Amino acid sequence: MHSSNPRNIAVSVHNLSKQFDGFTAVDRINFEVKKGEIFGFLGPNGAGKSTTIRMLCGILPPTSGEGKVAGLDIHTQREQIKWQIGYMSQKFSLYEDLTVEENINFYSGIYQIEEDTLRRRKEWVIEMAGLQRHRGSLTRVLSGGWRQRLALGCALLHEPSILFLDEPTSGVDPISRRQFWDLIYELTGRGVTVFVTTHYMDEAEYCDRLGMIYDGKLVALGTPEELKKEFMKETVLEVSCEQPMKAMAVIQNLAAVKEVTLFGNHLHAVVPDARTAHKAIQLVLSENAIKLSRLEKISPALEDVFVSLIEAQGKATATGGEGA
Amino acid sequence: MNLRRLAAVAKKECLHILRDPRSLYISIALPMMLLLLYGYALTLDVDRVPMVIWDQSETTESRELISRFTGSRYFTAQSFVSSYKEIEHSIDTRQALAALIIPTEFAQLLGGGEPTPVQLIVDGTDANTATLALGYAQVVALIYSQEIILQKVRQLRGQVLTVPLDVRARAWFNPDLESKNYIIPGLIAVIMMVISALLTSLTVAREWETGTMEQLISTPVKGPELITGKLIPYIFLGLLDVLLAVLMGEYLFHVPLRGNVALLFTMATVFLAGSMSLGMMISIVTKSQMVASQAAIVVTFLPSFLLSGFIFAISNMPTVIQWGTYLIPARYFITLLKGIYLKGIGLEVLALEAVLLVLFGVIVVLLANYKFKRKLV
Repeated sequence: MHSSNPRNIAVSVHNLSKQFDGFTAVDRINFEVKKGEIFGFLGPNGAGKSTTIRMLCGILPPTSGEGKVAGLDIHTQREQIKWQIGYMSQKFSLYEDLTVEENINFYSGIYQIEEDTLRRRKEWVIEMAGLQRHRGSLTRVLSGGWRQRLALGCALLHEPSILFLDEPTSGVDPISRRQFWDLIYELTGRGVTVFVTTHYMDEAEYCDRLGMIYDGKLVALGTPEELKKEFMKETVLEVSCEQPMKAMAVIQNLAAVKEVTLFGNHLHAVVPDARTAHKAIQLVLSENAIKLSRLEKISPALEDVFVSLIEAQGKATATGGEGA
Repeated sequence: MNLRRLAAVAKKECLHILRDPRSLYISIALPMMLLLLYGYALTLDVDRVPMVIWDQSETTESRELISRFTGSRYFTAQSFVSSYKEIEHSIDTRQALAALIIPTEFAQLLGGGEPTPVQLIVDGTDANTATLALGYAQVVALIYSQEIILQKVRQLRGQVLTVPLDVRARAWFNPDLESKNYIIPGLIAVIMMVISALLTSLTVAREWETGTMEQLISTPVKGPELITGKLIPYIFLGLLDVLLAVLMGEYLFHVPLRGNVALLFTMATVFLAGSMSLGMMISIVTKSQMVASQAAIVVTFLPSFLLSGFIFAISNMPTVIQWGTYLIPARYFITLLKGIYLKGIGLEVLALEAVLLVLFGVIVVLLANYKFKRKLV
């Protein structure tokens, strides 16, 4: 597994941990990100995604463990790392009382971009963000999508080799989200490595590889396909019926069903054997006079994988606790 | 420290100041308003105390005594009354702060060898004015008594007698003992202390709140570049305030500026660098604009007002509190300003204060940088 050539590795961490006043935010995680790939860091809020990204960007010093970003040590070479990376935080941290151009000028100054490259880079950012007609507008008046692309542009001014994005699409409309991912693909096409955190499962499908983090621990690592194959040995049945809450309660008690989760107004039932479960669900719903409109086998979404991983994790911790 | 990055930060901070009406208001309008308000209201002079007079005697002698009072600039005759009831009323309604009662037998008693009683009533609710008014009244009465005695002696012996002691008091640097002359320079120091700390207390906290600080930490910009870059435009803003205050002192309050203007502005720069770094440090530590601005006012206003020697002389304070005043930078700045303004003296006398002010600035700047570094861990 660790046979990869170190020259092709953009980010690697070994037993990386972060503790805040006795609370473990990140617990001994290990992974590698290859150059030019989109690595997605997936997990619910508070799982340790942002803490990890902030350690890698040199914003937060790790408590223990090792890490390398662009071949540089995250303990001792934090300042050098800053030249190699671009970082975009959750809030698209721009100065709202400054205009588009003034924001770009400020970050160009901070990154000491030479006068002759400055004009080219500035035009590139403005064009990329589609802000040609808004150069002189205060950032405050721009929509979420524009702000997001301007923030991305400012993080890319110095042409970093690795881009860290912390929940880059939160609070952005679906069209802007789509455009944003097109930009990300374009960047990786030019060899930029992208490390992105998200809690949107559909976005996770766009990534080349994924790490799933839960409660500070890395619970799974692989391509989206690998994760689905490896961690979803069971089948997922989608149940569309009336009174989904009531249906969930009765289906939960069936021996043929491992677990049920509510997805919108459908139910996803994870079952070891599809045929037995199919019959059992039909039966129990008619017994309870719940009208079933559809019951079929579906290919598991990443969300199913994630939910089942978390369930497994929860059970492991619980039995571990009893054993001790 | 990289100059390019420093310039980028300073330029950005200038734009923030120009775009934010609130910071412009705090930095320009507020100090002017405070200076006007305190400059006019905070006078410690007791001038033309309004006085009612009950002249029961109604003689040449009694009128002479009255003219001694009203002729001095310390008292003005508000009205003439003829009962205690009227006196009570005018003091209750604050039409008068003092009352002079001359008894019927004044003229007969005067010069009769026995002391002649004259009653003076003051409004004790205003203790400071009352004390001063009493003092003035005693002096007026004493001089009048002295003249009567001397006249008497001359009449009796036919020779001119002189008073054995002649104290000729001169109040140097402020011959008319006008309180505005020492209040205005002190006021400039106190106001600048509060305003400068308040202004910078918002800058770093704002970046923490909006999340731009996190972005900055991920860039190669360093703490000292950020802190210095932010300080530069604010120091210029502060110097503009000092200039406006000095102009107001000159043309509005007519406070004489006898010393070196260049020295005044150099010292102001040092003082501003220190107090602004203090505001910055508060901003770094609290991370919230709300808390930072309140802390900045609490930390600067009362100590600068009470413990700097602005109104209350430090030498009269208990020893422990006197030690504490060394921690108040306004103390040094006030001494410097009063020295430059009223005495026209320079560094040859004020070197210690100047050095201590520089020391304060250096310590606070270093501390702000240290705190900033600590916050990142």
